[in-house]
Amino acid sequence: MSDARARGGWLIPCSLLLAMLLMILPMPAGADALRPQWVALMTLYWCLTVPERYGVFSAFAAGLALDVISGSLFGQHALGLSVIAYAAVELHQRVRIFPLWQQALFAVMLLLVERLINLWVLGATGQPMPSLVYWAPTCLSLLLWPWLSVIMNDIGRRVGLI
Amino acid sequence: MILAVACAVGLLVADHRSDHLDTVRSMLSVVVYPLHLAVNAPAAYVRTARERMTDEAQLRAANAALGRENLLLKARLQQFESLEAENMRLRDLLGSSFSVGERVLIAEILSVDLTPSRQQVMVNKGTSSGVFVGQPVLDANAVMGQVIRTNPFSSVVLLITDADHALPVEVNRNGVRSIAAGTGLGQGLELLFIPKNADIREGDLLVTSGMGERFPPGYPVARVTTVRQDPDNPFMTVVAEPNARLDRSREVLLVWTLNPQMQQQALTGGGTARGALP
Repeated sequence: MSDARARGGWLIPCSLLLAMLLMILPMPAGADALRPQWVALMTLYWCLTVPERYGVFSAFAAGLALDVISGSLFGQHALGLSVIAYAAVELHQRVRIFPLWQQALFAVMLLLVERLINLWVLGATGQPMPSLVYWAPTCLSLLLWPWLSVIMNDIGRRVGLI
Repeated sequence: MILAVACAVGLLVADHRSDHLDTVRSMLSVVVYPLHLAVNAPAAYVRTARERMTDEAQLRAANAALGRENLLLKARLQQFESLEAENMRLRDLLGSSFSVGERVLIAEILSVDLTPSRQQVMVNKGTSSGVFVGQPVLDANAVMGQVIRTNPFSSVVLLITDADHALPVEVNRNGVRSIAAGTGLGQGLELLFIPKNADIREGDLLVTSGMGERFPPGYPVARVTTVRQDPDNPFMTVVAEPNARLDRSREVLLVWTLNPQMQQQALTGGGTARGALP
């Protein structure tokens, strides 16, 4: 176990870094609102695959980093990400044996929870309420999850993380 | 999990209610500045590539156009200087003080998408260039916003259309004063607390009134687009559209208002006052 722990650990921070870059990458004006929740997706993936190495507090740290990068309130993303990380870590044994599409549905449920918490923070701090397009990225994430899961599984096996 | 949630909520409240976390945020944002630069890099490369690929004829045309514009602006400036001198003389007669004279610094907007619920942009000048929190930011046409966060290398500008932003303005035509608040979504500004009988028409130019002592007086802000009387609203509903090209500007001007002695220096010693506007 200790040997396995040493191998491939760099992949987790690297993938999160990439996800954060994707979160602030400038997009064309129309596609801007449809940006998938990359960091939340990546967090869910790692919580479901290697829950012993990536848990609630890693998610909290990732959320804080995202808050700093995107200039939102401190703790706004950290709150949502730690809640969904908790749920994912608790349920990972059950979810791992699900077929891919069922996993995707599970992921989307948690992403919706994250969006909802974000919305609550926006409302509680008196920021303007986004329109219904706010929920569209979650639907996109439903399509993205199988791809992400397959690709990350492959990379993870290659570097010996999984 | 309980601990993480408690921490997050604590941070949220602390960040929302007070500004103790600003130094922490500024330090952390120095750490993530390379990320912002990395995201900006592709857009910057595309721009330089496009600049390199413009052909000679286009460059000549652009140069000629700029030359003409420069001549026009210079001609207008000649008049402006004499008008300004006259204005100062008249104000001296009235015994009122009035500060003109600002120093400006050109900064470039980084192509970084910050959080979509706020109207804010990131520029590539920070405290190492003397930028401070609350500094007014303009573009070539009008007021864009003000600096809300800085770190040594970059700063975040809150645009005037953000829902949290409001600035004191007056109508250029007759000096009716009001407050222009951002609406957050969309591109408009709303004028608050305009009495029903106030003299405001569509097409009126709004300029900064300088009452909040943040923005220097006399800069254009927006043009009134709609004036409406709602029966259920005790005030008039006035919507204005910003003159600044908030979503298209690439370069912005950071403004320092000079105190009177520095103004004298800037006006007399032309050599030392590089980048100073008379």
